[in-house]
Amino acid sequence: MGMATEAQFHVLAVDDSLIDRKLIERLLKTSSYHVTAVDSGSKALEFLGLNGSHEDGQRNPSPASVSLDEDQHQQDVEVNLIITDYCMPGMTGYDLLRRIKGSSSFKDIPVVIMSSENIPSRINRCLEDGAEEFFLKPVQLSDVNKLRPHLMKGRSKEMQQNISKRKGMEEILTPDRTRTRYNELEVV
Amino acid sequence: MGRNRLQHQVACMRRSLFDQGFLDEQFIQLEELQDDASPNFVQEIVTLFYTDSARLIQNIEQALNNGPIDFSKLDDYMHQFKGSSSSIGAKKVTDECKVFREYCSAENAQGCIRTFQQVKQEYAILRRKLEVYFQMVRQADVAHTP
Repeated sequence: MGMATEAQFHVLAVDDSLIDRKLIERLLKTSSYHVTAVDSGSKALEFLGLNGSHEDGQRNPSPASVSLDEDQHQQDVEVNLIITDYCMPGMTGYDLLRRIKGSSSFKDIPVVIMSSENIPSRINRCLEDGAEEFFLKPVQLSDVNKLRPHLMKGRSKEMQQNISKRKGMEEILTPDRTRTRYNELEVV
Repeated sequence: MGRNRLQHQVACMRRSLFDQGFLDEQFIQLEELQDDASPNFVQEIVTLFYTDSARLIQNIEQALNNGPIDFSKLDDYMHQFKGSSSSIGAKKVTDECKVFREYCSAENAQGCIRTFQQVKQEYAILRRKLEVYFQMVRQADVAHTP
């Protein structure tokens, strides 16, 4: 694949309204983001590979990325930002925010909340509990422009982590390399 | 009719939709999101609005006419209706939805029923106007410049 710096950012959009999903998708695509839009918090968690029956972090080797089960498909799905509606049946956007922030694998993904209702206590609670931004609906291009710094920050953090990880792995692999090859020959 | 003439008519109709308060700034936001990559975006999202509204109108009708009124369910439907009408810039429809929700919080059944008639009426008027408008847009698009 291409260099991390050139890959498109991938945004996961969550909204139970069909119209609002179409709107946010267009807003994000216009801003050159790759978009996945789902209609509920539980579908968002499913997409990330986080659900009630698995413990957070077990299947996920690196932050902000997930490998799906072999019986689904072999694909690394990386999400760089989650933008979610607040008012949704079942799991609210706030519930989703809490789940993401409570997950060791996904807590570093920036989360943005959208709402049609301007309720200061609601807005404050979301921001205090880890939401990066709170947008009032209808969301506009000027709002979506505010996402970029959060995405850039996430990417540079991830690159730092990749660099230290790679260094760590190199130190582990080198001494064992000849031994591993020898073992493979024996099996054959 | 030549393209220039048709485009002029389109511009006039568009202008009046704003001047008469049927549409607000949000509709312009939608137009700005339309481009070569998504050339029919406005019509597509408006069409989704028609489908979604039909569903909500039916649900609200049932909620109002089938036995004791569940105001919280009604409010939920109207919240959705207000949300989608606001997202496409349907100003008058959105305003009526807000009035309806006030009657809902007050648990005023008569107020809800009356206002719902207003919501349906504004929705029907807007839909008719937008259908004419988009038809004119399409005609202007395919017309030849004289």
